[in-house]
Amino acid sequence: MAEARLVICKFCDCVYQRAPLGAREIARCSQCGAELYHWRRIDIDAMLALNIAALFAFVIANLFPIAIVQSQGRASESNLWQAIIASFSEGAAPIGALAAMTVFFFPLLQLCLFFYVLAPLRSARRPRAFVAVMHALRQMQPWAMVEVFMLGVLVAVVKLGDVASVTPLTGAYGFAALTLLLTLLNSYDLRELWDRASALPA
Amino acid sequence: MSAPLRAASLGLVGCEACGLVIKAPAVDCAGYCPRCDEPLHRRKRASLQRSWAFLIAAAVLYIPANVLPIMRTQQLLDRYDSTILSGVALLWHNGAYDLAIIVFTASIMVPVLKILSLAYLLISTQRGSAAHARQRTRLYRIVDYIGHWSMLDVFVVVLLVTLVHFGALASVEPLPGVIAFGAVVILTMMASMSFDPRLIWDATPPATEPETQTPARP
Repeated sequence: MAEARLVICKFCDCVYQRAPLGAREIARCSQCGAELYHWRRIDIDAMLALNIAALFAFVIANLFPIAIVQSQGRASESNLWQAIIASFSEGAAPIGALAAMTVFFFPLLQLCLFFYVLAPLRSARRPRAFVAVMHALRQMQPWAMVEVFMLGVLVAVVKLGDVASVTPLTGAYGFAALTLLLTLLNSYDLRELWDRASALPA
Repeated sequence: MSAPLRAASLGLVGCEACGLVIKAPAVDCAGYCPRCDEPLHRRKRASLQRSWAFLIAAAVLYIPANVLPIMRTQQLLDRYDSTILSGVALLWHNGAYDLAIIVFTASIMVPVLKILSLAYLLISTQRGSAAHARQRTRLYRIVDYIGHWSMLDVFVVVLLVTLVHFGALASVEPLPGVIAFGAVVILTMMASMSFDPRLIWDATPPATEPETQTPARP
């Protein structure tokens, strides 16, 4: 019933037979020009390494203050959670909740679930809750916005630069590293993990 | 080059979640994916209605998001409410041209272009237009890709509120405009997720191969 060698363009419904790709090649739909699948730059071992590195970057980004602001002899520094709590106490709870979800919970959950899937698959075992976890990963992907937050840090630092002295701190560098690692991780096509898992004996 | 065959005409359906291609005889609802249990659909369900609903809600909230101030800056006796646009103007005025352009693009151009593009895609698809199908699909891919970058200004406000906290000397407070703005970004993201670009192609005839077409008379 299932046709493993076929691939359907999700943008225009065209059917293709899979062909092996060379280095840096991308298979594109000839009808609409969308990408069908791309050459895998990183293998599953590298993915797992990136995933673990990203978890460390996540801890650094969230434990350390993002920036310190000095003005008229007073200083204030803050990390992500202090920012979220401040939004709540200043009467903008929806925005605080949004930041908590998109910059903290979704990325953290993404990293943990990726680890849960990748570590067993690497040693050719299928994790127990594979199906549920893969669905969760797919649904979370558009709502994790660490890279946008990173740009927000830059804009905030520059905006404040005129009225006070602002210095980005360890947390900002943690977010920069996390942005880079998450971008690499998210370039991985989840469908490949599905194919890999279904090739394993049940 | 001959046009590739469409899944619908071959009786195939692709799983949205895991990409598995399945032979499905049923026309509308094709059951569940044998690999990942996701319900299978040839097209996203009620795609145009859902997309319109999210888009109209976004367009309505777009007004308070831009008219209402998003934050209040207080310095000693000086109080200043800024909207999205005045924030950009301030960055420009202070000489941070690069960031002013980034914020202008992310906060003003992207939401407007997104709402207009989605409205165009929805109207043209609803009318069964077959024109510019390739360009319209590309437009959809761009809209879908850039969606979340508009959240930039929301994060800037969240950061400023916590960083500028000097009691009576200076402080930044979030104002309701920022909540409306965050809602606009979420709603436009949901509108573009609900839209099914395959509907664009359903209106186009599967292109016939050149050699089977009747040649023009001399």
